[in-house]
Amino acid sequence: MEPDIFDMGEIDIAWCPGCGNFAILKALKAALFELEITPQNLVMVSGIGQAAKIPHYLRANVFNGLHGRALPPATAIKAVNPALTVIAESGDGDMYGEGGNHLINAMRRNPDITNVVHNNMVYGLTKGQASPTSRMGFKTPVQVRGVAVEPFNPIAVAVAMDASFVARAFAGDFKEMKAILIKAVSHHGYALVDILQPCISFNKLNTYDWFKEHTYYLDDAYDPTDRAAAFNVAVEEGKMALGVIYRNSDRPCFEETTTVFGDNGGPFYTRQPDLEKLNGLIDSRRGT
Amino acid sequence: MGKKTRKIKDDVSLVICGSAGQGIQTVETILTQLLKRAGFHVFGTKEYMSRVRGGSNSTGIRVSSTSRPSLLDRIDILVPLDGKALKHVQTRISDDTLILADKEHLGLADEKGLPGLIDIPFSQLASDMGGAIYANSIAAGLVAQLFGVDREEVFLFLDQLFSKKKPEIIENNRKAAAKGCEIAQGLVDSGEIFIDIQRQPHIAEDILINGAEAVGIGAVAAGCNFVSSYPMSPSTGVLVFLSGQAEKFGIISEQAEDEISAVNMMLGAWYAGARAMVTTSGGGFALMEEGVSLAGVMESPAVIHLAQRPGPGTGLPTRTAQGDLELALYSGHGDFPRIILAPGRIEDAAILTRDAFTLADKFQVPVFILTDQYFIDSYYNIPSLDLQDKKAESAIVETDGDYRRYRITENGISPRGVPGYGNGLVVTDSDEHDEDGHITEDLHVRVAMVDKRKRKLDDMEKEAFPPELIGKDDYETLLIGWGSTYPIIREAWSILDRDDVAFLHFRQVYPLHPDTSAYLKKAKKRIVIEGNSDAQFATLLRLQTDHEIHETILKYNGAQFSVEELAGRLETTIGKKE
Repeated sequence: MEPDIFDMGEIDIAWCPGCGNFAILKALKAALFELEITPQNLVMVSGIGQAAKIPHYLRANVFNGLHGRALPPATAIKAVNPALTVIAESGDGDMYGEGGNHLINAMRRNPDITNVVHNNMVYGLTKGQASPTSRMGFKTPVQVRGVAVEPFNPIAVAVAMDASFVARAFAGDFKEMKAILIKAVSHHGYALVDILQPCISFNKLNTYDWFKEHTYYLDDAYDPTDRAAAFNVAVEEGKMALGVIYRNSDRPCFEETTTVFGDNGGPFYTRQPDLEKLNGLIDSRRGT
Repeated sequence: MGKKTRKIKDDVSLVICGSAGQGIQTVETILTQLLKRAGFHVFGTKEYMSRVRGGSNSTGIRVSSTSRPSLLDRIDILVPLDGKALKHVQTRISDDTLILADKEHLGLADEKGLPGLIDIPFSQLASDMGGAIYANSIAAGLVAQLFGVDREEVFLFLDQLFSKKKPEIIENNRKAAAKGCEIAQGLVDSGEIFIDIQRQPHIAEDILINGAEAVGIGAVAAGCNFVSSYPMSPSTGVLVFLSGQAEKFGIISEQAEDEISAVNMMLGAWYAGARAMVTTSGGGFALMEEGVSLAGVMESPAVIHLAQRPGPGTGLPTRTAQGDLELALYSGHGDFPRIILAPGRIEDAAILTRDAFTLADKFQVPVFILTDQYFIDSYYNIPSLDLQDKKAESAIVETDGDYRRYRITENGISPRGVPGYGNGLVVTDSDEHDEDGHITEDLHVRVAMVDKRKRKLDDMEKEAFPPELIGKDDYETLLIGWGSTYPIIREAWSILDRDDVAFLHFRQVYPLHPDTSAYLKKAKKRIVIEGNSDAQFATLLRLQTDHEIHETILKYNGAQFSVEELAGRLETTIGKKE
């Protein structure tokens, strides 16, 4: 395997020059290469938005669905073929706004998928409106007097939901971002990676420098299996923690709770209806 | 006791009515099974309120010497469990109706207008047996005996039904049923009632299933292995059925957080190689519409069971309608082909659902199975279900390195691969895309893709299920129906008894079979009968065939057409036999 296995060659990428998405794409490819995952075995699932275009920019199987709806098909894909590596990746508007109910329920179901969220605290593709994670007071052409409500806290929600892996990364730190992605994809169960990322076109508040000033890395002494500690980290005022914030490896995965991989075996696309059993079922309705 | 002898021949309409939670369903289960075992044709249908306890619900059991699976207004024998029940079915009672009731419970001021009322002190008798709960077994024994069902058969069935209960309870139920039988024998001996229906012993071997089970069995026959849905009346029966079969048949059954998730899961499942479906109703389907559109652009197979109920909004949650035809037809933004099937008979529900998967897989389009509350909750005996004639075959191909998911082809169908099967990559996108599946804004590619998707319609039309003509083919007047009204229109048509009138039933309403226009052309007068106020199918026929529809007979009060009502309306519309 060569490191360029995921490269698409010469393609037209719809991101702004200097966008954090490029770094995230590069880190993802590097993480996947290191994990020896092949494009054929990888399914990139996304919704709509600039971040959600990422599946088109690396070699993979792709399900680029509707706005906010990456997680339901990603859950189903993994359930139907657990041998696939499934990554659901979109932006903060898609995952935390439009797809909020699916986010909560993906955490509950705990499918063995990785959920990467590009969190730039603004809507890019629709040109600069507030996102669920925009800071209070953030002014936009729609929120003309500034955002009046507290931002959505994905980390706190994920810990509250007992999501099995919760991490936050910063797009400005390639090395750590890649390390966190490797941990997330390797994790057995649902893994959330919230990636803080500046939007150079529409967010003049939350810049590279702003993120550097407002984040810190959890140190080696931190125990991510301590849920109460994780919750404290998730809701603390001031700087935002980076790293693996919470992990619970004891939860069964969604696909393991289904009964379809016992005696029936085999990938779904090879399966045939069992007509003998069907006749038994029909006969059971004779009531004799 | 009553004064006249009621002789009922060949066809009896029995109705049990009471509040939710009184055990109507138990009596119904006992009676339909017993009567079928005894060699009678049975048809059961129910109407109920959107509540868990109280109110007034009724279940009708039609017992006949030939198969008559359609709704009657007339009640020959009524078992009302309370006073409200009597009121609930008031308009369906006549002097000829035998009413078997606990007078004490009816709370009647007088018995005027109820000459058929016979007092059966169910509560007192039940309490003598050991508790109110035994009233159901008394009623079941009573009715079974009126039809001449062998007492031992009644006891045997009850023993089986209650086999997991304590011996004392089994014994009490036996006693209760025996008491019912005894009362019935008295009524027969005194000449109060005489039922004469020819039995056919082979019916005992028939299967008895309702519409929801038929849809579910069809899905299983198609190799359905993924169902994701959100509970909503009247569609839930299919989800319940498939969940019950999940372990046996290797089905992933998931109750999604909402219908949006359900439909998107279904599409993800098809993408990864499953054969998936959703089951939903009314407002639930409204939420799924984005998924229909997604299936359109992704050219994903999709099987959508849509059990209709009256809208708009929450409407009448537990009632019936045929009002979502246009919703299914036009759901989802953008232009893309689809298929809409509408079974009229139990057999059709299984066959069409099975074939819906094959069609969805072959043409890579959404396929609807349009039923309704009446159809889903009705059941009757049929000899069997033969689903082996057409094998459900998967259209999935193994991909190679050059694989392009949306390769432009002559018939519009691009071979569908799944991730992990072969060396290719399967790229699918809700954006307009190129042949590789990647996002594009090339307007030439856009036109090529729209045209490719639409080209599939040609073969879809050729493979459409043809309409079924009932009657002679030199008709002057053509009655037209679709979906669940099939047996009702057919029976009303036979009552009409006119050689110049025929009935054309559509079990596929879109795209229409190419012969449709010829059928319509032959008629001088075309009458469409359907369960909505807009005459939606009539509109569709006009648009698709250029033939005028002269009359429509519509119903939209939440109840299904009854045979008598429809026969009456047909007589008014086209006149009696000359």
